[in-house]
Amino acid sequence: MKSGTPHEEISGIPHDAYEPKTPAEKWLESRLPIIGLLHTTLTIPTPKNLNWMWIWGVVLVFALVMQIVTGIVLVMHYQPGVDTAFASVEHIMRNVNAGWAFRYVHSNGASLFFVAVYAHIFRNLYYGGYKYPREVTWIIGMLIYLLMMATAFMGYVLPWGQMSFWGATVITGLFGAIPLIGDSIQTWLLGGPAVDNPTLTRFFSLHYLLPFMILGLTILHVWAFHHTGNNNPTGVEVRRTSKEEAERDTVPFWPYFVIKDLYALVFVLVIFAIIVGFMPNYLGHPDNYIEADALVTPAHIVPEWYFLPFYAILRAITFDILFIDSKLGGVIAMFGSILVMGAAPWLDTSRVRSGRYRPRFKIFFWLFVLAFFVLMWCGAMPPEQPFVIISQIATLYWFAYFLVVLPVLGLTEKPLPMPATIEEDFRRRHPDIKPAE
Amino acid sequence: MAHVEHETGTRRDFLYVATTAAGVVATGAVVWPLINQMNPSADVQALAQIQVDVSAMTPGSQMTVLFLGKPVFIRRRTEEEIAQAAADDEANLPDPLARNVNLAEDAPATDANRALDEGREWLVMIGVCTHLGCVPLAEAGDFDGWFCPCHGSHYDKSGRIRRGPAPENMHIPVAEFISDTVIQLG
Repeated sequence: MKSGTPHEEISGIPHDAYEPKTPAEKWLESRLPIIGLLHTTLTIPTPKNLNWMWIWGVVLVFALVMQIVTGIVLVMHYQPGVDTAFASVEHIMRNVNAGWAFRYVHSNGASLFFVAVYAHIFRNLYYGGYKYPREVTWIIGMLIYLLMMATAFMGYVLPWGQMSFWGATVITGLFGAIPLIGDSIQTWLLGGPAVDNPTLTRFFSLHYLLPFMILGLTILHVWAFHHTGNNNPTGVEVRRTSKEEAERDTVPFWPYFVIKDLYALVFVLVIFAIIVGFMPNYLGHPDNYIEADALVTPAHIVPEWYFLPFYAILRAITFDILFIDSKLGGVIAMFGSILVMGAAPWLDTSRVRSGRYRPRFKIFFWLFVLAFFVLMWCGAMPPEQPFVIISQIATLYWFAYFLVVLPVLGLTEKPLPMPATIEEDFRRRHPDIKPAE
Repeated sequence: MAHVEHETGTRRDFLYVATTAAGVVATGAVVWPLINQMNPSADVQALAQIQVDVSAMTPGSQMTVLFLGKPVFIRRRTEEEIAQAAADDEANLPDPLARNVNLAEDAPATDANRALDEGREWLVMIGVCTHLGCVPLAEAGDFDGWFCPCHGSHYDKSGRIRRGPAPENMHIPVAEFISDTVIQLG
């Protein structure tokens, strides 16, 4: 690095460093380099060809903050306990100032969170974001996703409606399927022989805790991909050979991507506001407005939409596999479906990151997306034919995608020619945009 | 070898091991109560024992009582129901065990081993599907016994699993007639 301004390398990309100018900045920076950290984080060189599928990370951060803020507000009025929970939720809806708004934003906020996380996950599956060198980012992301599911599940129990109660019964019953120690684990989770007051109060405690663990993991997640640099739609790495070349592949996150992400966030929030304002119960179940009753199972227990694909996988195993009975088999398949996704970086043998340059991969990828939505549909249907056989086929494809397609395709497929640099691809796609002078 | 002089370990090695061991024990002693507090508390553990008056029940009727947080089905069966349950002893039973805590663990799943009384009129069982814990619906399903609406498990007139994902017959709790008309649970 020759020129006058000091350089540093962030994610190996040559980049202007922060230089404290005022005496106050210098004083602070020599004691706690926090302004420098913020400056580095905000001005990170970001591939300039990121498309609209790169907005979901910011949507997810927004959703997390929104859920924490509305959640803290709700806790001020909610009273955990089997005799008070249901009534206190109605108290929030009717009496608390704007309580209905906080509750509907929070309950639909979970859906926003999951829409964004599924889009985010599928984007990475398509553009190979999970591949070298971003495996750790991917694993942390999967852990966040698991914590999100645990948090959402426990949050859904808190209103103590019929779906809360029976959803909790079914899901904690999954742990009872574990051989030998299953019953003890289930009793330990529930705090008794069945879902009851101890279950509700501990779920409340954990529902408050887990979002902060998600926040911590989110910081690690961002740190990890800031260290490796962003992936991008070409899958071609930013040039690190010189600052000038790096600058032709990237633009600083601030202000360019901040503005772009906020612009996208506005559109997302318009749709969110429409749902919260005009159809706040569309994604919920009417049964959850009936108070929990241990003696009556609702005719049709359905989890929230974002759990449906995995619920369908759980129910797809209706047969024994060797010494594993169908109940344990369903549980293994459900957790296994996420496990194989987490193992994608090591199952995918293709060194080409982006699906753009993998013609056959594209077909299998979109079939995978289709399987996801088919499973979601089957999960909402009663456990009858033809839905059982359809979910079995889709479940088989889910596992085949990770365990067969990704390993084999990487060895047999001939990828299309790739651009040498991000700049080259950008010029070809946007011939009218001149580089800044 | 460099450590020839200290074949049995130095005093410092001993202190390392002892400190680590003490640290592990202390950590365990702190962590265990944090885990164990989630197990059933004393009031939950206090085994409830309830008595149910069944004098008002007519053949073909069923009542459900809450016992240890779970529903218990008490069914007074008709002659036809008993006959059908007995006939199903010969059918293909996915779970061959009676699941009756009042009998030996390996007692076979005959209707006689599941009914409460000699005449097999009374069937008392925990009304919880052995799949994932839903409450099955009575007089429903392919065998006109019980049907679990959650994931489609079919139970017969004796509460035995016949088809669907549930692995076991519905469980029989500790129960006995303490008079002609009173059943004691627990």
